[in-house]
Amino acid sequence: MPANHPGRQALRYLPVLPAVVLLAVFLAGPVLWAFHASLTNAGLTGRHARNPEWVGLENYQRLLQDPAFPLSLALTVLFVAGSAILGQNVLGLALAVLMRRARPAVSATVGTAVVAAWVLPEIVAAFAAYAFFSRDGTLNQLLGAAGLAEGDWLYAVPMVAVILANVWRGTAFSMLVYRAALNGVPAELTEAAQMDGASAWQRLAFITLPVIRGSIATNLMLVTLQTLAVFTLIWVMTAGGPANGSTTLPVLAYQEAFKFGDIGYGTAVATVLILIGGLFGAAYLRLLREQKP
Amino acid sequence: MLRRVSKTVSLVAAAVLALSACTPADPSGGNRTIKVAYQKTDSFTALDTMFQDAKKEFEAANQGVTIELQPIQANDDDYGTKLALALRSPSTAPDVFYEDTFKVRSDVDAGYLLNLDSRLAGWGDWAKFDDAAKEAGTADDGGTYAVPLGTDTRAIWYNKKVFEAAGVELPWRPSSWQDILETARKIKAASPDVIPFNMYAGKGTGEGTVMQGFYELLYGTGSSLYDQDSKKWVVGSAGFKDSLAFLHTLYQEKLAVPPAEALDPNVWKKVFGEWFPKAKLGATVEGSYAPSFWQDGGSYAWPGYGQEMGVAPFPTQKGAAPGAVSMSGGWTLAVGADTKQPDLAFNFVTTALNAENSLAFTVASSQIAVRTDVAADPGYQSANPFVKDVSGLVAVTHFRPATSDYPRISAAVQEATEAVITGNRTPEEAAAAYDAAVAGIVGGDKTIRK
Repeated sequence: MPANHPGRQALRYLPVLPAVVLLAVFLAGPVLWAFHASLTNAGLTGRHARNPEWVGLENYQRLLQDPAFPLSLALTVLFVAGSAILGQNVLGLALAVLMRRARPAVSATVGTAVVAAWVLPEIVAAFAAYAFFSRDGTLNQLLGAAGLAEGDWLYAVPMVAVILANVWRGTAFSMLVYRAALNGVPAELTEAAQMDGASAWQRLAFITLPVIRGSIATNLMLVTLQTLAVFTLIWVMTAGGPANGSTTLPVLAYQEAFKFGDIGYGTAVATVLILIGGLFGAAYLRLLREQKP
Repeated sequence: MLRRVSKTVSLVAAAVLALSACTPADPSGGNRTIKVAYQKTDSFTALDTMFQDAKKEFEAANQGVTIELQPIQANDDDYGTKLALALRSPSTAPDVFYEDTFKVRSDVDAGYLLNLDSRLAGWGDWAKFDDAAKEAGTADDGGTYAVPLGTDTRAIWYNKKVFEAAGVELPWRPSSWQDILETARKIKAASPDVIPFNMYAGKGTGEGTVMQGFYELLYGTGSSLYDQDSKKWVVGSAGFKDSLAFLHTLYQEKLAVPPAEALDPNVWKKVFGEWFPKAKLGATVEGSYAPSFWQDGGSYAWPGYGQEMGVAPFPTQKGAAPGAVSMSGGWTLAVGADTKQPDLAFNFVTTALNAENSLAFTVASSQIAVRTDVAADPGYQSANPFVKDVSGLVAVTHFRPATSDYPRISAAVQEATEAVITGNRTPEEAAAAYDAAVAGIVGGDKTIRK
């Protein structure tokens, strides 16, 4: 039998079939269902609960006119850029670089402290962050003890509070990814650069970062997608308030679908969220591909 | 050939048999099952006990009938979602279920509930149910779709120690909004570090903002949220603006908590757990269930609450009749619209809610009785020191116009209060923004200027 026999060719795909079926059922299924629901006026209760009608793009048109939508879109981008791309990613890299130079004891202590926040279940971390930033919280007690002005952080600067909380909670992941990546940078490469007179900054910028570029892109993609979906943390700390000041897209989708019982409209918000995740994913994939010759 | 024919015949015969097995059994005979869905949690077993008792009683009286109890372990929100999902399909819908008064109207709109009018007319006990409570099971078409199980009311809870320190005469009973403000100012003057009068506001406290705050104001002005006669939402009312103006005064004069704290979703925990027991708060508007937090075994057990706390009805704006106003929620029992045995299902509801079962449930779950005979029972009246006061408010209570648009309207009201207490908008501006929001939610033709 020749090697390129069609039957044999098809047979080679057989082992991946279960995975494809599982993906189709549990990943593509819900995504398609959500997309379909977003084109109807389905509700949890009320007139359209049992017999939703097809409304075409009506939910999306409504979304474009909804004053809450541009605000929550901007807040989502701000949250992802601030807490994932800048916060977790850069801080994780910095920690990983510094920990390589620190004494083992310091490195272990810092590592444990950072990973501890990551190990906490999201709901516990959310309550801890709430207890830290709230009016009678740890932050104000510390500021008070130091003779500084106390503030209503969750009220005055809700986005700053949730961004910091998410950085605190998620940095460990980036740190672990970068520690592994840095260990993979050949020592002779940096040593050679050092011999040529490159400073520490130059070595980082021109040797280390280009070498671990693949890890950076992978890490960025993972933390971005994780952060896009953050709900519990924000819900517990501010419930999207005050005056929608921290209503990101997941919070908006939840409110519409379950608080207002408007499944059609809520899934339209969720679909937009999926699209944004897709855009980020495509951008990072490009970044990954470009590094290959 | 012959073999083929006989094979076809036997196939058809088998199909006919199989199909006939699928048709519903004759309802007059054989085993009949009534599925009952309700909520049960570790701290809420009173309902389970009631249904267990009713099951025994009903099965003994109706031979061949099985009551299949389906307790759902979930909190209120999750129970609501689970029930709504079960009701979406006739094949999973229960025959009898525990239904939040707040969901009745929209679930009737969805076609989930059976109209009980003709059956209730033939039930002698129905006359013993309180008229205001009956309203909770009424839908937009005027029909009754659910039987109330118990309810709650809202009143002003105040700390006697704080009031005495300010020289306020006890028992306190304010006759108008002005009275409340004057008393609050007295408290502020006497004890500057005490919060004189708390009223929830803003989206942080969610439904608590409107149930324990704004609606007591609004319904005391003679205005309402929804016009029952024309089935339209009220906009542009003077009462709405006045209510916002009252909150504005309360927060502006710092008689309430600072806005930043009022918008904290967890502020109610401080009210019950910290401020009242430590005499840091003069008064708040809260539900009849307040003692359940302070009772032995409650979340904020406080042995002295019976002596230190007092309760007063919330007054109307200028003391107009009936002099007080309250808001109620509560739960009902409903019969599924798709039930195969509507009569049996309804009869089970009447068994579950007869005088004896109602009394046991009401006392065990700190509910306010909706049956006049239960309310008069000594066992009910001695359940906690405030039962009598808060039960009396059923006569002046209101229920939310819980149509399917209601959750969005409620959010718009919460936003209006938030804009006012933070000083972002004047009461007039906030009321105008609310009017625009309502028109956007229900459509301009479903609003009425009053």
